[in-house]
Amino acid sequence: MPQPFSRDEVLVAIRDLSFGWGDRKIFDNVSLDIPRGKVTAIMGPSGTGKTTLLKLIGGQLQPHRGSIHVDGLNVHRIGLSELYELRKRMGMLFQSGALLTDISVYENVAFPLREHTRLPESMIRALVLMKLHAVGLRGARDLMPGQLSGGMARRVALARAIALDPMMLMYDEPFTGQDPISMGILVKLIHDLNKELGLTSIVVSHDVGETSAIADYIYMISGGEIVGQGTPDDIHGSDSAWIRQFMQGEPDGPVPFHYPALDYESDLMGIHSE
Amino acid sequence: MNVLDPMRSAVLGLFQRLGHETLKSLRKLGRGHLFLVHVLSGMAYLARRPRLVSGQVYSVGVLTILLIAVSGLFVGMVLALQGYNVLSDFGAEESLGVMVAASLVRELGPVVTALLFSGRAGSALTAEIGLMKTTEQLSGMEMMAVDPVKRIVAPRFVAGLLSMPLLAGLFTAVGVMGGYFVGVGLLGVDQGPFWSQMQAQIDFHDDAVNGFIKSLVFGVIVTWIAVFEGYDAMPTAEGVSRATTRSVVHSAFAVLGSDFVLTALMFGD
Repeated sequence: MPQPFSRDEVLVAIRDLSFGWGDRKIFDNVSLDIPRGKVTAIMGPSGTGKTTLLKLIGGQLQPHRGSIHVDGLNVHRIGLSELYELRKRMGMLFQSGALLTDISVYENVAFPLREHTRLPESMIRALVLMKLHAVGLRGARDLMPGQLSGGMARRVALARAIALDPMMLMYDEPFTGQDPISMGILVKLIHDLNKELGLTSIVVSHDVGETSAIADYIYMISGGEIVGQGTPDDIHGSDSAWIRQFMQGEPDGPVPFHYPALDYESDLMGIHSE
Repeated sequence: MNVLDPMRSAVLGLFQRLGHETLKSLRKLGRGHLFLVHVLSGMAYLARRPRLVSGQVYSVGVLTILLIAVSGLFVGMVLALQGYNVLSDFGAEESLGVMVAASLVRELGPVVTALLFSGRAGSALTAEIGLMKTTEQLSGMEMMAVDPVKRIVAPRFVAGLLSMPLLAGLFTAVGVMGGYFVGVGLLGVDQGPFWSQMQAQIDFHDDAVNGFIKSLVFGVIVTWIAVFEGYDAMPTAEGVSRATTRSVVHSAFAVLGSDFVLTALMFGD
């Protein structure tokens, strides 16, 4: 498939990536580019390995074949200390938020600053309050993670992810299980942060409406391959039956309603064909 | 069809399972040792953050004190009762102090403390680390360029290591007091020989130091198993529950097995 971006535009370059869990193949020879300064969405049904792709980009998983370059560095070839340096420039927002449950909201956002910088406490306080203010939760700084709603936890995690001013942010299913207001807030935050901080964002999601509203470019993944790519308009106008079924949420189509099974009648009659 | 065929395949299946389980155990043992090396590599990181260790000493050690003290008291009291029954048959009640102290310093102090410690603190460590893995907290830390083994596991490991000998010492001291209350207070053993024989017969190097070494070794074993099982747990509710059970069961086997080896090395002639 032709790569739509020039070399200088690309921040993350994935080439011929293959990966699987045991015998189950997740990616088969996948190549894709993530452009700098844009919001790129990776969409597909549950279980297609979208989260796995983020973990591969972050160097938490090792591909079976192929390479992933982030800002010119081969994530799986560099040493551990270089990988950790690279991760300081990558933020990731986990689906659960992944906040540390034994410390407050304030301490969660201060965590990366305390670990990686030697800033004085007054500076840390100012930075934490600024980041929390950006996500609208400055007033919640003394709460514990257990006291937050799902949407608030994700916003705190977002404040923590931007604490070190990364060059890119990866969002793992940011809209899943959110009420409409939280969803609206997250959509706005992802869009605004990307624009104002000059970030590169990768949003993994299966929420069609929200994702295509903020994405500059979309990759559709299914069955371990890229089945479609383009701007949101390209994707909406696609004549692929699979993409149409996914985008419009049709219950039957190229992805069948029924899980593969024996012939219904034979199954009911107890006739097993060998 | 040959009648021996089903039997042959059953035997082959048995060997296959045996081989599979052996390889799985060996692989886990290897992972556990690599994990220990990783934990030990976090000591320099901890040296710059001593507060991480002191916080864990509180939850791993201080919160276990009550359990250890109460258990030590009762074990010492039971030892005195049982010992008195046997010793009085030989008219040697005055040796009750030595018997109670020797049993506690050499064996019961380190062993029972390790077993209680594994049930109270070890299982909590496994469940805590396992749940942090399940809720992606460890993964999130990795993505923030913070090594969770150094930040989360190493302080807990060091806290276990520091706490175990102190708790075993407490268990022994309270146990001796329990023995004293029952022996001298209830059964009427003369307190002069109770203490003086204890002082004369219990050797600092042979008994106290060896008991201390045992408690230190058990501390390493129990805490290592606990943190490794938590870190290696399947990130599901069932996975964490199984890991917690394994942590306590494996710790008990490892403590009792290594106690035999250590006793043979220290006290065997």
